Amino acid sequence: MQALTNRAKPVDRRPMTFVERMYLPAIAKGMAITFKHIFQKKEVVSYPEQKREFSPVFRGLHVLNRDAEGRENCTACGLCAVSCPAEAITMEGAERKPGEEHLYREEKYAARYEINMLRCIFCGFCEEACPKDAIYLTETFAPSNYKRESFIYGKEDLLIPMPGEKKKA
Amino acid sequence: MTIDWVLILEKILLISGVLVISLVVAMYSTWGERKVAAIMQDRLGPNRAGWIGLLQPLADGGKLFFKEEIIPGSSNRFLFILGPSLAMMVACMTSAVIPWGDTLIIAGHTVSLQIADINIGMLYIFGVVSLGVYGIMLGGWASNNKYSLLASVRAASQIISYELAMGLSLIALVMLTGTLSLKEIVEQQRHGYWNFVYQPLGFVLFLICSFAECNRSPFDLPEAENELNGGYHLEYSSMKLGFYLFAEYINMFISSAVMASLYFGGYCFPFMDKLGLDHNLLTILGTAALFFKTICFIFFFMWVRWTIPRFRYDQLMRLGWNMMIPLALANMLLTGAAILWKQGH
Repeated sequence: MQALTNRAKPVDRRPMTFVERMYLPAIAKGMAITFKHIFQKKEVVSYPEQKREFSPVFRGLHVLNRDAEGRENCTACGLCAVSCPAEAITMEGAERKPGEEHLYREEKYAARYEINMLRCIFCGFCEEACPKDAIYLTETFAPSNYKRESFIYGKEDLLIPMPGEKKKA
Repeated sequence: MTIDWVLILEKILLISGVLVISLVVAMYSTWGERKVAAIMQDRLGPNRAGWIGLLQPLADGGKLFFKEEIIPGSSNRFLFILGPSLAMMVACMTSAVIPWGDTLIIAGHTVSLQIADINIGMLYIFGVVSLGVYGIMLGGWASNNKYSLLASVRAASQIISYELAMGLSLIALVMLTGTLSLKEIVEQQRHGYWNFVYQPLGFVLFLICSFAECNRSPFDLPEAENELNGGYHLEYSSMKLGFYLFAEYINMFISSAVMASLYFGGYCFPFMDKLGLDHNLLTILGTAALFFKTICFIFFFMWVRWTIPRFRYDQLMRLGWNMMIPLALANMLLTGAAILWKQGH
């Protein structure tokens, strides 16, 4: 058969020489390698204290955006849910009542908006599909948890805080 | 007849001291093993429990004590419990004949730092080490599990095979020193060269055999994690598993101390008689030297473990019977010839 690359090497099937059969030289060689590693740089990031920098295109946890006056951008059009390949997004629309104009930017808003972070593959299609600039992917990721239910993030987890107001932990 | 109460008190104190020290060393060997493994693989190792992870062995021990104790329904209950107890007891027994230091003179009373200076010390070590296989064999058999049984059969045949070569390599040393008492062997090395110089081949053979006797990698077939699910202690949980693992580390400590005593001068260190120091201070320094040598050997055990892959079973047997035993016999023959030549026969 013709070689596919020029890097192919024939297998050495010669019987082992006496020195090779003694094992000890090979063992010494191996032990020199492991000993050398004692003095090498440790490839460890001590996670909670040290954090590795994310790449600028990292896609993490979602947020729901507000406009400059603090009103929710989302109109529950459902395009993000349609575009989601993992079917992680569920929402329910509702109509804005008179007197709620300071809360929601348009006449329709999302009464319920849930993302299942265990289903989400963080592809960012929802961000691209959104016509209202309402959903964005941030540079954090979902913290670990003991319960599966805790990974279904509702509106209270996703909405960014009102301007001048701190988000509760 | 009067009973020498001071002697009894002294021995009891010494026995408890040696026991506590071997347990603590074994405890910190588990920490050391993880640390050595880590730094050889460019990691950090345990560093969360206490300063540089020094409380890790306590955390592990606490965990083992509070884990659920499971005894399989189909097992032989008595033998199942006897297995780890025997392994632990045998591991602790060997330390009785090791000379941990020279004598201390306290208020005109000479205290030997060896629990029992019996004139057949080396035979005693062999006898006790051979008992060690019963712990593994009983535990593996009583578990009523095919992996455990296979592992204990492996362990038994491995330990018996390597014990032969180990004994033969030691006979050469006995011929050279003319004694079986460990204390005398150490004292002989105090003035001359260490036995390692006279018996390099014997030392290498003894070293390899002690790896096999301790079931340490590359001879860790009895507990081969990836082929036998952990081997003879597969069915064990809680502190009974802890005993098995612990016994292994005690064995490693004791065999390191034995190697240091037999081949590397025990508590002797170079120029110790030329320093002109106080006798008691010299004894303490000697004990420190023995511990230093022992810890170097323990490090060596770990270093080998994280370098060399496990042998295949047929390779292990071929190495034992076709290489170690003939080499040990040749070493014996050479030593005998050298002794006769020196005596001028």
